[in-house]
Amino acid sequence: MQFGIFTVGDVTPDPTTGRTPTERERIKAMVAIAQKAEEVGLDVFATGEHHNPPFVPSSPTTMLGYIAARTERLILSTSTTLITTNDPVKIAEDFAMLQHLADGRVDLMMGRGNTGPVYPWFGQDIRQGINLAVENYALLHRLWREDVVDWEGKFRSPLQGFTSTPRPLDDVPPFVWHGSIRSPEIAEQAAYYGDGFFHNNIFWPADHTKRMVELYRNRYAHYGHGTPEQAIVGLGGQVFMRKNSQDAVREFRPYFDNAPVYGHGPSLEDFTEQTPLTVGSPQQVIEKTLGFREYAGDYQRQLFLMDHAGLPLKTVLEQLDLLGEEVVPVLREEFAKGRPANVPDAPTHQSLLTATRKEAVA
Amino acid sequence: MKLVVVSAGLSVPSSTRLLADRLAAAVDRHTPVDVQVIELRELAVEIAHTFTNGFAGKALAAAQDAVAGADGLIVVTPVFSASYSGLFKSFFDVLDKDALAGKPVLIAATGGTARHSLVLEHALRPLFAYLRAVVVPTGVYAASEDWGAEGLPARIERATGELAALMPLAVRAGEPDVVPFAEQLAALQR
Repeated sequence: MQFGIFTVGDVTPDPTTGRTPTERERIKAMVAIAQKAEEVGLDVFATGEHHNPPFVPSSPTTMLGYIAARTERLILSTSTTLITTNDPVKIAEDFAMLQHLADGRVDLMMGRGNTGPVYPWFGQDIRQGINLAVENYALLHRLWREDVVDWEGKFRSPLQGFTSTPRPLDDVPPFVWHGSIRSPEIAEQAAYYGDGFFHNNIFWPADHTKRMVELYRNRYAHYGHGTPEQAIVGLGGQVFMRKNSQDAVREFRPYFDNAPVYGHGPSLEDFTEQTPLTVGSPQQVIEKTLGFREYAGDYQRQLFLMDHAGLPLKTVLEQLDLLGEEVVPVLREEFAKGRPANVPDAPTHQSLLTATRKEAVA
Repeated sequence: MKLVVVSAGLSVPSSTRLLADRLAAAVDRHTPVDVQVIELRELAVEIAHTFTNGFAGKALAAAQDAVAGADGLIVVTPVFSASYSGLFKSFFDVLDKDALAGKPVLIAATGGTARHSLVLEHALRPLFAYLRAVVVPTGVYAASEDWGAEGLPARIERATGELAALMPLAVRAGEPDVVPFAEQLAALQR
């Protein structure tokens, strides 16, 4: 099972000091956080993609390429890559390039983006969101698998005799996750292709996550990729820890109360009861995270949101120490217990390469 | 059949709830129904939180499920500033957009004066038409003075008779169907 972190890349004032980091500081902090993730033994770093303030990560492969040069093992991913407003041709090129530079330590997560004006800024229409995701991904999927593509669709100019370069590393396309919170069409899309399905459950009650994951698992089996239990599932999580749980609550409360998205809404207590958010001791984080398996089944990737809402870099790095030293080793051990042998790990470049070679021999 | 009554009265007791109860009892005389009353006052905080965090708390989610599973609805609001109350509107704002499609709805309102009675036609009826509910022709408005005058019982009788007649035809929300992916893709290539 893979453990990692995902970042939104928000530039938010620290509510305890009123200070807002500069864009440069925030971008450099994201890089420091990614490097720390590798140092403490995590497997994955994923960055969001946004095209409006107060967010900085508009150019994920630039950032991931830089991080690739400063890390050795870390898998570089996205949370999410906008399959609706990006040109699928450019996604194919950018991520294949990144794959080569990072020696295959790359996968990516498709998402639609829910900020209305971003669509027209990129010449698209949010009402076509699902259709854009369907058509653009169908093209991207071919660009990575066919050397020469002739293509015509509704949303992009046609292609005749187009070859996306560089070709994927070892002719193995990056593994793709599809992220969606509430759209069954996207769970269906992930299942159809045998790709991964990521449910960013951090703002959602468990029963909703359970329904979406079950749908994906059943449709994955329907399309003949394996049993429902073998489908590739990822989940979000959100934690703030101190050795002593009261200290965690006291320190995190101002960040929670003023956070973008849910700040000035429900109480910290209500929110932790209803969603995966855990604010407390490492032991509490372990217990809550192990509980995800009860409604999502044995799954492959757990990403935590650690660096939002204006938390200072120093604090985030301390959080990553706790996550890497006290939480993830226990989670690895506990999640392995009772995990059926036929439940696969999340695909990596190496595992996909091995599978391709086996197929070629057979 | 299942009748859900949504009451946006704020005081306890409230004339809005009083009207809601009389309407529900009248429906039951036309056709036997299981009645569930949703008092929006009790859900006010959860409704507000749904706007800020994007998902419904437990009690609100249960109310939303009840609405989705109803064969008919009675909705009653006090008149605030010449329209339905903000709380009343907010409950329908956080409801799934298809939850009321094809559902018979009886609209009703209360106010201090009869001058506001057209709120039913100018505010409530367009709202529920937008939500694709089947709004019964007769709405019931009760001003304070109506509680001591003739006419209200007859309007209640007529409106609830209309609702009772439509309830067997209600569309109930089920699990959304998944469109097979190949069909979705093919639809784009047409």
